[in-house]
Amino acid sequence: MKKISLSSILSQLLLLFFVIVWIIPTFGLFISSLRDKDLLAISGWWTALTTTEINEIYRMSGMESQIEEDGYFKIKGTLFEENSGKKIESFGINSKKINEFKIGDIAIFKDESEVILDEDGNYEWRSKSEFQKKKGKRLFTTSLSPPSFTFENYREVLFKEGIGRAFINTMAVALPSTLIPLIICSFFAYSLTWMRFYGRDTLLAIIIASLVVPLQMSLIPILTIYNDFGALFGVAAKSYPGVWMAHTGFGLASTTFLLRNFLKSLPNEMMEAAKVDGASHYDIFLRIIIPLSIPAFASIFILQFLWCWNDLLVGLVFLDQVPSEIILTAKLKELLGSRGENWEILTTGAFVSMTVPLFIFFALQRYFIRGLVAGSVKG
Amino acid sequence: MTILNLLFIVFLGILFFIAYFHISNYLLDSYGGRSVKRYNFENSIRVIVFIAPAFIVLFVFILYPVFETIRLSFYDKFGREFVGLYNYKWAVNDPEFRRSILNNLVWLLVVPTLSTFFGLVIANLADRIWWGSIAKSIIFMPMAISFVGAGVIWKFIYEYRGPDNTQIGLLNSIIVSLGYEPQAWLTIPIWNNFFLMAIMIWIQTGLALVIFSAALRSIPKEMLEAARIDGASELKIFFSIIIPYLEQTILVIWTLITIIVLRIFDIIFAMTNGEWQTGVLANLMYDWMFRGGGDSGRGSVLAIVIMIGVIPILAWNLYKHRQEQKI
Repeated sequence: MKKISLSSILSQLLLLFFVIVWIIPTFGLFISSLRDKDLLAISGWWTALTTTEINEIYRMSGMESQIEEDGYFKIKGTLFEENSGKKIESFGINSKKINEFKIGDIAIFKDESEVILDEDGNYEWRSKSEFQKKKGKRLFTTSLSPPSFTFENYREVLFKEGIGRAFINTMAVALPSTLIPLIICSFFAYSLTWMRFYGRDTLLAIIIASLVVPLQMSLIPILTIYNDFGALFGVAAKSYPGVWMAHTGFGLASTTFLLRNFLKSLPNEMMEAAKVDGASHYDIFLRIIIPLSIPAFASIFILQFLWCWNDLLVGLVFLDQVPSEIILTAKLKELLGSRGENWEILTTGAFVSMTVPLFIFFALQRYFIRGLVAGSVKG
Repeated sequence: MTILNLLFIVFLGILFFIAYFHISNYLLDSYGGRSVKRYNFENSIRVIVFIAPAFIVLFVFILYPVFETIRLSFYDKFGREFVGLYNYKWAVNDPEFRRSILNNLVWLLVVPTLSTFFGLVIANLADRIWWGSIAKSIIFMPMAISFVGAGVIWKFIYEYRGPDNTQIGLLNSIIVSLGYEPQAWLTIPIWNNFFLMAIMIWIQTGLALVIFSAALRSIPKEMLEAARIDGASELKIFFSIIIPYLEQTILVIWTLITIIVLRIFDIIFAMTNGEWQTGVLANLMYDWMFRGGGDSGRGSVLAIVIMIGVIPILAWNLYKHRQEQKI
């Protein structure tokens, strides 16, 4: 008895280990997307709930803002933005000794002007003689910043970085690319299952062979067709309908295969009875097949939709990489190149691109899994 | 294109296919059925109406391209002049190609094996634990997100800062806290391939997991209970009952992931773009499709090499299909 409980604890621990390893990457991304971008750049996301020490360089205002007071020329101002919450620990006036002074110390520059600083970043810089320079002197601060979470990154990414438009573009690619194959393949699968015609078995064999053909085999010829087509009719070679049809082509075999497996499981007597009653194939399709196939449609819809939503290669090859056509994955890849150091943009952009898949995942997991299992058991 | 225009063409595109089926079938319904001759005619036309769109798409996007790609692989970069085996000879002698095919082979060896293994172990663990379904959900989740999204997630983990700075990448932070020097993981040749593979394993384990979970339920409970009563340990049950019982499923999952890995493109394109010796065939092909105005001959050769990888699986699937048809 004791042995069983020990092995049970061990398996629980092992599973917990797997769960933690699997969730941490996504969790880190999510936390980072909500953090203040200055903090994100200098501290790990796992420190998000603690105060962070920041070293910064600020420049004080120049001669224009000086006033005369108590026999001194003074420049007053503040280093931080309002409500930054930062508290200065120490500061310096020389890049080699950035922690030279504490709050309350008077720091004296070479020109004998002096500066005092409070912990909120307000400074008073004074001198016996008049200030002459347009630019103020630099201050090096070491401050503690409290945890800071914000939706600012999301606003920035959605409206300034073009992720918002890419989101809409991706929707415009993924929805038709899912619905069109679903429509034409349900008729195709129906005829492969319930209609008799010459060459049906050959067609089925072709579908099964096409299941595993890598889409790389099609890229060059289709791109050529599109270019020729565009040149012949004077339209753009790369367009939304072009991508829809490409996705339809690449998803056709698996969609047909899954649907046919499902239709085959429906009882034959039902179709025969309907036929005797004088129903045409189209009547049967509309009145019997579609209502019965809703769960199968849901599974296939999810699989194909996620495939199209997450695709990069097809969107890259068959769409122009311009703001009105670029899809999310291509946009993210572009940002990885151009904004590789701006983690607030990358993490937030990635998270935005994941919202729809994650929603589908959590809301419709049952159908998603059913589709995957149905597709794999045979394929 | 404005968003309103976009919405309009999306709507129009979907409507077109619905209208095609509805109108053509409506016409047939109103014509046929009044005599045997008409009935037969109607039926044969109906087959064409049902099949035509899918068949045209299948032909244009799969069948024709397969043969066209094979043809182009024997032609020059513009697809105009016959050059025989020139492109193939180029591939064999190209160091980049050799590097890619080697990397592809390592990917094919490591990713399907480890994903299947982890999937099986986790499915088995989760099956016996009350919070197992939550655990499965979490491990399955990466399946839903894109390879590029996963790329960003992991690039953040591998992020490198100089030794004097605070590490914001998780991996380097751990390494530094253990007292080692931080590393730019993605630029270390040979090893960087494994860091990229980790991403794919992280994703595909979920696929293996859900399929194994479904398959585990088909193992008769009595058999497992009998083994437990006889005093077999869980480990013994795992190796002597579960693995042999799931042999077929293991094979299916392994091939499924193999097919996905064979055409892997996005992860490498997003993370390293094939630099630091991480290129694979699909990336090299994409490169040659556009490099120097594009070379359809070389690109086609690369596509064919990827295709050769799936031919055994294709033949096996067809063979199985034949067997089923006979029954």
